[in-house]
Amino acid sequence: MAADIAKAGALLFFAVVLQLSIMAQVTILGGHPNLLLVALVCVALLRGAVFGAVAGFSAGLLADTGVFGTLGFIALLLTLAGYWTGRYGETTGRDRAHAPLLSVAVITLLYQVAALVLRYMLGQNAPGGAIFAGLVPTMLLNLILTFPVYALARRLLRPREWAPREVRLLG
Amino acid sequence: MARNRSVSAVLGSSVPRPRPQPFPSRSRSALRRRVVVAGLVVLALFLITISFREPTSGPLHGVQSAGATVLRPFEVAAERVARPFRDVYGYFAGLIHVKQENEKLKAEVNKLRQQALLGESARAQNTEFRKQLKFVDSPLFPSDYSAVNTRIIGWRNEFDERVVIAAGRNAGIHQETPVVTSDGLVGSVTQVSPTAALVTLLTDESSAVQARDQDTSASGVVRHGEGEGSLIVDRVTKDKLVKEGDVIVTAGTRSKQYPSLFPANIPIGYVISVGQSDTAPFKQIQIQPFVDFSSLDAVTALTTKKQNPKAP
Repeated sequence: MAADIAKAGALLFFAVVLQLSIMAQVTILGGHPNLLLVALVCVALLRGAVFGAVAGFSAGLLADTGVFGTLGFIALLLTLAGYWTGRYGETTGRDRAHAPLLSVAVITLLYQVAALVLRYMLGQNAPGGAIFAGLVPTMLLNLILTFPVYALARRLLRPREWAPREVRLLG
Repeated sequence: MARNRSVSAVLGSSVPRPRPQPFPSRSRSALRRRVVVAGLVVLALFLITISFREPTSGPLHGVQSAGATVLRPFEVAAERVARPFRDVYGYFAGLIHVKQENEKLKAEVNKLRQQALLGESARAQNTEFRKQLKFVDSPLFPSDYSAVNTRIIGWRNEFDERVVIAAGRNAGIHQETPVVTSDGLVGSVTQVSPTAALVTLLTDESSAVQARDQDTSASGVVRHGEGEGSLIVDRVTKDKLVKEGDVIVTAGTRSKQYPSLFPANIPIGYVISVGQSDTAPFKQIQIQPFVDFSSLDAVTALTTKKQNPKAP
């Protein structure tokens, strides 16, 4: 467990650094890749809901600090992203090859919408038109990132042998 | 022939069955999971509330500054590693428009040469007149300012027009320090730590700069326009003359009520359209900024020891 925490911590730390210093200024067809979100989704899929939520909160807090943002903003969004992805990994998504791609696509959509709503609620700049226009390119860029990031995460955090499901026979 | 359909006959006795897990442990695990996520969500909401309400000098922002200081070397290192790749991309992307841009720049150089000759003679005259009048002035740009040249090390997300620079309080930068490039005005510092600072760009919704038309002296406020990255000059009354192509510069402080953060005469952009309607009280002026905000790389923070005059 301690080794898992160290490996996931290192992976997410470098994802935060790369996201803030490099990825945040990459714009392709109006989309902005989010390496941190992709890395978190991969970690949560491999290690479950609680691990995903805690990892999301910690990485989000670090990202909030690095950009002098509203402390807790990214942390809140990534906590929920990590939790939901982790639950999906623990239940329906186990052993499914498409799980990382499906999770990244859905979580990217939910993350963008949730960030927009949260910013609107806080009275900050929330350009809905620009966000929705860039949603599909952002999703595609994140899906492209998923392949190398998931391969790396899988190498660092070997998939768990999930406990067999309990089946109760009727009759 | 009768077929044996019993489960034990199909599976055989040698297949190990999973040991059934008792339900209480599963419900305990679910409870633990929910408590953890609920706790983290509440903590995040608490942090958002405090961070949002606290002034920038508060303790939470102090912790944030310390965190940013720790992250800074890693961001600088990552940025340096990525630089050659970005330069190569920039080089090839630039080749697409190079011929067209070359012709445009040649024409611009000719025009600017003529303007520079006229400007040089006017500047010499101005200096002489100031000397003769013993004119007392506010800090002048660029002579009364020291330049802190620094690199951009962090960008916020697509919602914000703000960047993090690799110089802070230790380099003499403080809140409201103007930030420029060789092209013109970039924005001002809105948050600062010992080794980094947050710069709010001119294109951010919260930015507003007192500006004037360099040719006609019509004054107004430059702020964020309707489209992404567009700028307008607001509050220019209809009786003032503004033409397409006019250069807009910072006005410096002209109003006692709204002192300007920026020294006078920093170029902002040039006018690309001027319009007015019967119902609107002001002209609708759109400008093209001189600074390309999408490819900012290195910037200059302007620090001065001379105090900005404060109205009594």
